[in-house]
Amino acid sequence: MQVTININGESVTHDVEPRTLLVHYIRDHAGKTGTNVGCDSSSCGACTVHLDGEAVKSCTILAVQVDGQDVTTIEGLADGETLHPMQQAFHENHALQCGYCTPGMVMAAVSLLDECPNPTEDQVREGLEGNLCRCTGYHNIVRAVLDAAGSMQ
Amino acid sequence: MIPISFEYERAGSLDHALSLLAEHGDEAKLLAGGHSLLPLMKYRLAAPALLVDVGRLTDLSYVREDGDHIAIGALTRHRDVETSEIVKADAGLLAAATSKVGDPQVRHRGTLGGALAHGDPASDLPATVIALGASLVVQGPGGAREVAADDFFTGFLETALGDDEMLTEVRIPRRPNSTWSFQKFNRRAQDWAIVGAAVMLDGETCGVGLVNMDSRPVRAVAVEAAVASGASAEDAAAQAAEGLEPSADLNASVDYRCHLARVLTRRGLEESGL
Repeated sequence: MQVTININGESVTHDVEPRTLLVHYIRDHAGKTGTNVGCDSSSCGACTVHLDGEAVKSCTILAVQVDGQDVTTIEGLADGETLHPMQQAFHENHALQCGYCTPGMVMAAVSLLDECPNPTEDQVREGLEGNLCRCTGYHNIVRAVLDAAGSMQ
Repeated sequence: MIPISFEYERAGSLDHALSLLAEHGDEAKLLAGGHSLLPLMKYRLAAPALLVDVGRLTDLSYVREDGDHIAIGALTRHRDVETSEIVKADAGLLAAATSKVGDPQVRHRGTLGGALAHGDPASDLPATVIALGASLVVQGPGGAREVAADDFFTGFLETALGDDEMLTEVRIPRRPNSTWSFQKFNRRAQDWAIVGAAVMLDGETCGVGLVNMDSRPVRAVAVEAAVASGASAEDAAAQAAEGLEPSADLNASVDYRCHLARVLTRRGLEESGL
């Protein structure tokens, strides 16, 4: 089936099988490999992208389901050379170790602040429950999100 | 993991979806948010020949007051249920239980109707709509029928829905003065409940639904009867596992599940003010 998805402002059209997952469309067809495949079972959040502005797990969505919709991946956050405030906060707070969860974690965190611009620490922890960091670097991740919430006010 | 190949049709209307179901029978499955069905297909536990995508039927996404009940469209996403002022005011238990489903990403996609039609006894919402005394509107080739939540869940991942029918609306009695509690016990954030208890008290009415305590979502009949006859929370909750046959798995033995049902029901009743 022919599918057109607007990825980071760029219209991407490919002919795919209905069973093609959104994350594979993004990585293999659109060539945006910043979005990672982790558990592949909607548990770990490594594949988190924004669909029409909201965080979703792209391993549990078919590409055909989002034909004509807008997707933002980690590559679409920065403004040229200027990092998004969440990316900057992750950088400054050393909110990553191996980095595998980081793209999904950043996308989930941006969506969290959209819905709850001034969260408490507990709200950040609860809000990121769909994202696993197997380096267990949660302290610095939470710190970065709180920091970004402050700088984005 | 990718599913076995299938055909895909996007329904442009409810009638279109129903006609596709009528044509393809048990070869077809409805796809809403996909967060119950797609994992099953990826694990290849389900292999429908045709997916009928009803995800764009936005006229089935709503929450509105309708006389003595709240009407919620089957395609209303968990996030919209969880944050609805109407739901929070008149069916607080549903808002609370919905906020415990999966994680934020899952709640952005999953729908109330999808979670109920999936009929998973380990899911939070079937037991919740039982506790709330909801009724479910089902549309088929012969028109609409209304099914009580108690009669909707017929077995493990089985419901009263025919192959040619679609759940379109959930009706929840409005209970602005109710007190409630949703108790979910799991080992890790975002996991399914090992056992859960949905409790609602409103004057003389007591509703208790249990998660993962039988092959289907169940009402704790003995607990409700005990509360109605004036029992304390502890005495009523002592009967929570009566007549139920939970399964044993890696997380819990049968005895442990029965213990959890009693503890969580007591906590739920106490938190509801009994």
